[in-house]
Amino acid sequence: MLSKRVIPCLDVRNGRLTKGIKFVGNEDIGDPVESARRYYEDGADEIVFYDITASAEARGIFLDVVERVAEQIFIPFSVGGGISTVAQMREVLLAGAEKVSVNSAAVKNPRLISDGAEAFGSQAIVVGMDTLAVTADKNIPSGYEIVVHGGRKHTGLDAVVWAGQCQELGAGELCVNSIDADGTRDGYELILIKAVSQAVSIPVIASGGAGDPVHMYEAVSKGGASAALIASIVHYGRYSIRDCKKYMASQGAKVRLTW
Amino acid sequence: MLAILDYKAGNQTSVRRALEHLSIPCAVTADIEVMDAASGIVFPGVGAAGQAMTALAQAGLDKALLRAVSKGIPLLGICLGCQILLEESEENNTKTLGVVPGACRRFENKLLQEDGSPAPVPHTGWNSLRVRVESPLLAGLDPAAEFYFVHSYYPDTDPALVIATTVYGREFCSVYGRDGLWAVQFHPEKSGKPGLVLLHNFYNCCLEASHAQ
Repeated sequence: MLSKRVIPCLDVRNGRLTKGIKFVGNEDIGDPVESARRYYEDGADEIVFYDITASAEARGIFLDVVERVAEQIFIPFSVGGGISTVAQMREVLLAGAEKVSVNSAAVKNPRLISDGAEAFGSQAIVVGMDTLAVTADKNIPSGYEIVVHGGRKHTGLDAVVWAGQCQELGAGELCVNSIDADGTRDGYELILIKAVSQAVSIPVIASGGAGDPVHMYEAVSKGGASAALIASIVHYGRYSIRDCKKYMASQGAKVRLTW
Repeated sequence: MLAILDYKAGNQTSVRRALEHLSIPCAVTADIEVMDAASGIVFPGVGAAGQAMTALAQAGLDKALLRAVSKGIPLLGICLGCQILLEESEENNTKTLGVVPGACRRFENKLLQEDGSPAPVPHTGWNSLRVRVESPLLAGLDPAAEFYFVHSYYPDTDPALVIATTVYGREFCSVYGRDGLWAVQFHPEKSGKPGLVLLHNFYNCCLEASHAQ
């Protein structure tokens, strides 16, 4: 039986770890390599890095972080942020990441998903989806719309429809984020997570809103997700990853407890 | 020194980093002489069986591998490496190296996990082992240890060679081998400490084999 995964997410800006709320007000909270190693030691099943600057000059600094992480951390990790070409995917995979995550660029150019899957295999391609709750109508029947560019731009795409298209195009996993819930610590957007999990057969990673291990358990039970992405819940030391996993196990979720 | 076979199959760099972290001397190589002189060979791999066999044959590494095995140089196959040591693969209907009896088969569609939830293919994530026979490769590992898997095909070999199995929709062989020749379906280089222990165990077996000679 597969274990449900717990995945800390590290936002990196100019080579430093940062954390914002609803994508604004970022503050420096440390060295990403050091944090990644701490989470690895504490039982993270995987780690996600987002380069939230993703400017040309910051890319070199970021690739250096990826390489240093790969030398010290022996679990899978994925990398995203501003990736819009197969060549950029190759760069981060060669630097040592197992997976790349594409987001806005895939909405603009869905072939990026199929080209990436063809070049590196579906297992290497994660599609990150940022969503906002909207009034359901015939264009957005699920009531969740895909937004891009850090939530600033609406696309008119229904999140559940887009999830199905991503799977068709060869995505290996979907990371489903709610901008409404992001950084609030009030819990994941479970209706969204469940709707996407039921619509696709590839693994769904719940993202945005975890403030308590209870939320993480809900994501994998009620939400049907394969993994829970977490950030502030562990970045500020409120809970350890071990605490989170022990709670999830106590409620009956299958998680990895030996490492 | 361990030779990590380089046939552009993806994860040789991750394997090198893990071995270097363990201070195990190693080299990523496609040089047949380096392979012949190594105390052990790690045969990694990510990707499709057909392409991998073509790449191996073009570099003459298929024959070199067979020769190394017949000379008794210890070998560890990882993931695709584990699969193409068998005789054939359902992936691309490819004839593979045939070092070990058996075939590599695809997971059936619509399999269910133990809790009734779907078991989509590829099998991706952390899963545990059911150890069938003691092996130096698994020495010192917690029976509850989990390993990181990413695969759509699994090895189906002689039951006498099965060291451990894993359950994902069906029970399949996840570790097989005999003295001096082992293979694992998961990625020890990405399985945290248990994976590192396994790689170190392999190195210890290589050292013992070279001392014995």
